[in-house]
Amino acid sequence: MNWETVIGLEVHAELSAASKIFCGCATTFGGEPNTRVCPVCAGMPGTLPKLNRAVAEYAVRVGLALNCEITRHCKFDRKNYFYPDLPKAYQVSQLYAPICREGRLTVVADGKEKSIGIREIHMEEDAGKLVHDCSGNRTFMDFNRCGVPLLEIVTHPDFQSGAEVIAYLEKLRETLLYLGVCDCKMQEGSLRVDVNLSVRRTGGEMGVRTEMKNLNSFKAIGRAIDYETKRQIEILGKGGRVYQETRRWDDENGVSYGMRSKENAQDYRYFPEPDLLPIEIDDQWLKMIKGSLPELAHEKRERYINDYKISEKEAFIITTHKNISGLFETVSELSGNPLESAHLVTGEIMRLLNQTDTLPEDLSLDGRKLAALVNLVSDGKINRNAYRETVEAVFTRDVIPEEYIAENGLMMINDDEAVIEAVKTALSENSGAVADYRAGKEKAFGFLMGQVMKRLGGSGNPDMARKALKDALK
Amino acid sequence: MFDLSATELSAAIKAKKISVAEAVESYMGRIEKTDKSLNAFITVSKEKALARAAEVQGRIDGGETLSPLAGVPIAIKDNISVKDIETTCASKTLEGYTPVFSATAVERLERAGAVIVGKLNMDEFAMGGSSETGVYGAVRNPWDNARVAGGSSGGSAAAVAGGEIPLALGSDTGGSIRQPCSFCGATGIKPTYGSVSRYGLIAYASSLDQIGPIGRGIGDCAALLSIISGTDEKDSTCVIKEPFDFGGGFPDNANGLKIGIPRNYFGDGVDESVKKSVLAAAEELEEAGATVGDFEMPLMDYMIPAYYIIACAEASSNLSRYDGLKYGYRSAKAKTLPEVYRLSRSEGFGIEVKRRIMLGSFVLSSGYYDAYYKKALQARYLIKEAYDGLFKRFDAILSPTAPTTAYKIGENVGDPMKMYMGDIYTVSVNLAGLPAVALPCGFDERGLPVGFQLVGNAFSDGILVKAARVYQNRTDFHARKPKTGGEAQ
Repeated sequence: MNWETVIGLEVHAELSAASKIFCGCATTFGGEPNTRVCPVCAGMPGTLPKLNRAVAEYAVRVGLALNCEITRHCKFDRKNYFYPDLPKAYQVSQLYAPICREGRLTVVADGKEKSIGIREIHMEEDAGKLVHDCSGNRTFMDFNRCGVPLLEIVTHPDFQSGAEVIAYLEKLRETLLYLGVCDCKMQEGSLRVDVNLSVRRTGGEMGVRTEMKNLNSFKAIGRAIDYETKRQIEILGKGGRVYQETRRWDDENGVSYGMRSKENAQDYRYFPEPDLLPIEIDDQWLKMIKGSLPELAHEKRERYINDYKISEKEAFIITTHKNISGLFETVSELSGNPLESAHLVTGEIMRLLNQTDTLPEDLSLDGRKLAALVNLVSDGKINRNAYRETVEAVFTRDVIPEEYIAENGLMMINDDEAVIEAVKTALSENSGAVADYRAGKEKAFGFLMGQVMKRLGGSGNPDMARKALKDALK
Repeated sequence: MFDLSATELSAAIKAKKISVAEAVESYMGRIEKTDKSLNAFITVSKEKALARAAEVQGRIDGGETLSPLAGVPIAIKDNISVKDIETTCASKTLEGYTPVFSATAVERLERAGAVIVGKLNMDEFAMGGSSETGVYGAVRNPWDNARVAGGSSGGSAAAVAGGEIPLALGSDTGGSIRQPCSFCGATGIKPTYGSVSRYGLIAYASSLDQIGPIGRGIGDCAALLSIISGTDEKDSTCVIKEPFDFGGGFPDNANGLKIGIPRNYFGDGVDESVKKSVLAAAEELEEAGATVGDFEMPLMDYMIPAYYIIACAEASSNLSRYDGLKYGYRSAKAKTLPEVYRLSRSEGFGIEVKRRIMLGSFVLSSGYYDAYYKKALQARYLIKEAYDGLFKRFDAILSPTAPTTAYKIGENVGDPMKMYMGDIYTVSVNLAGLPAVALPCGFDERGLPVGFQLVGNAFSDGILVKAARVYQNRTDFHARKPKTGGEAQ
């Protein structure tokens, strides 16, 4: 009998709301320790939380995008535990009435479509950070992160492989980015993934699961899943027992180790948070949030393919990141030429991103300049070479295209006489090639064409040059 | 001056008959003299008070009207945060803790020109009904120093009744304003839940706690409550839109007021003198034009258990933040993190607080939540519903505040159940979030004050204040004073 892996995910997404979930402090990453704190997020005696409504709106946006049921009367609960990074010794979270429930996200993995069930999405506050000094003798508390709003997106145990998990996470990240609710930077911890994994004999009873933490990249997640699957199968294969525990992934060494056992699991003594009123999400509010939902990646793809007649492949590349599709839409709209714009973005721009190691999130290009270039090339004012050169100059140095073209003499030469003159010189200086061509060597035409373009300083109109060359060789 | 009510004192200050500094200094003198026997104060902040007095005097001289309490010295229960003044909750745990902000109620009082002279003694973290459980020792009843002042706002009631201060802030989670008023012969209001901001009130049980006034008469209490009530963006459970406006004047009749008396509140275990005085108070109001009818209060057996389960559950979580790491007491013996938690909390909290934290942790723990906490919430809902029904028939429910008058210090300390049963008439009011006024209505054979309470529907605080004004217009129990010092009589 074969083994089967069963995986469920808990994803923590740090919301990009400007202020914390229960006070007015800024949520920006980093900063000098304890500079983004107030009595409320530091949990001073007598303080009370006050919900930042933007957080609930962000949560509903995600819920709608993941086809969830929205809990119209949702509440907060307290999760009680002692830890120095948690100044109130309880975390305000949602257990009994989370804001979103029972959604779905369809992903494609290994060529197969699969629908992943979302069990719930709940809002909660983040904890602070402990900073240990080098000597290891002292630990400092930094409360800057206390109260930063988090969404926890919990799936059903619907995954059977690492590939499915990665496909889901990619789609989820794409969705969160398009919704503008999270910047999804795993390295900075704004997207954190915990993997719950167990193995069982195919079709058999559910096995004991472990929870894996400290997964800092999709690659690490894939590796950790493979490792844990193998580890559990090995134990069970030898007749051993898997213990329910939290394990920490060490990506450098490619191993995980147990952190704390859930056998004597902590009792969090959840109960309804009495300091906050229930959140009432009425029809009007819900309608407003629905109305403000941005277009998601898959919706964009469909629109590009149907309305702009862009190829599926290009549509897919364009929508891999919100910034890319944003750039495409600007260029397309300003130039009125979606096809050429799509070629530009999926070709030159993607090449330059790769070449310069630029992440899509750091992309900042002036769409107006690129739109102008798209028009210049499609109107035959510049040729392809000049176009590529100028795009690169815009990308790397943010030049003004018209100025750059003028300064470098890249305007296409549409002057009949200049072209005929160039053909004449090229033929007289390359009699060998002319003879080859006449002897039936088609390749020689290409060489001669190059010679003509060279004499036009690279800005000749290729169609015109080709015609003149053909005429001259007749 | 000591015969003036708080509002009269403010009027005299505005009329330049008395200066703010004189008022503050005179009361400071009283505190110095009598607090050795009452132990009502934890902190007296003389210098800050005198500086404030000068500032308020300046504002009054500059023509600012401020409020009916401008220039009046007041004192604050020590679980309400006052910026830069040590706020201890009468606990070793909060030793040396000085808030960096003031409670909203305190801010509003200061803006209104009141002068804070100090912080008042109480039961540790407001857990208790006798003000004996705090680390600063028992508050003593001004009528008999061998007896308790009631609690948990015992310091507030004793300071007011003992003439140390004209007006004070207390807090009421299960009767903590009303019961000490009853024991000390003071007047108090437990406002509707959600009418006074809790921001800065160090939480005992968040869904029950409410700040309120304790004074000599209802006029002063109403003046204070109208200043501190009203919406606050820092407290989302403070749902009232506008501050209360109780108007002025002393109505001489209670025509049209429908009073209900729960006849089963007058059974065994209630002092005869209490029954007599409370029923006499009902008659007094009837004579003033109110109609009085009686009824059977349902669910009495569920009130104390539901209250203690919910209050302790919330307390166990609210008091978790005192972990010895950030402020307050840390055990010097602790060497590891678990020891910091365990020893600091074991040494920092007193026995009653520990009892409630343990009870609360137990009822919330997995496997017991449904059996206790959830059941208690259901009982709470039923109690609320029962009150809803009663307020279709009555405007106010009149009952004793406590079954007995003040008992001896130490008498009930070893018997928590007996102590808890003393809350029988007060806790359901908090469970239902209702307003109540507590008024003195007589004395027992030992000369100890007896009090009664009027409970109203949510946000009908104005009706209760009006009824209390009628009653105090016709009686003088609230004006009677103990012999200074209150040596045993």
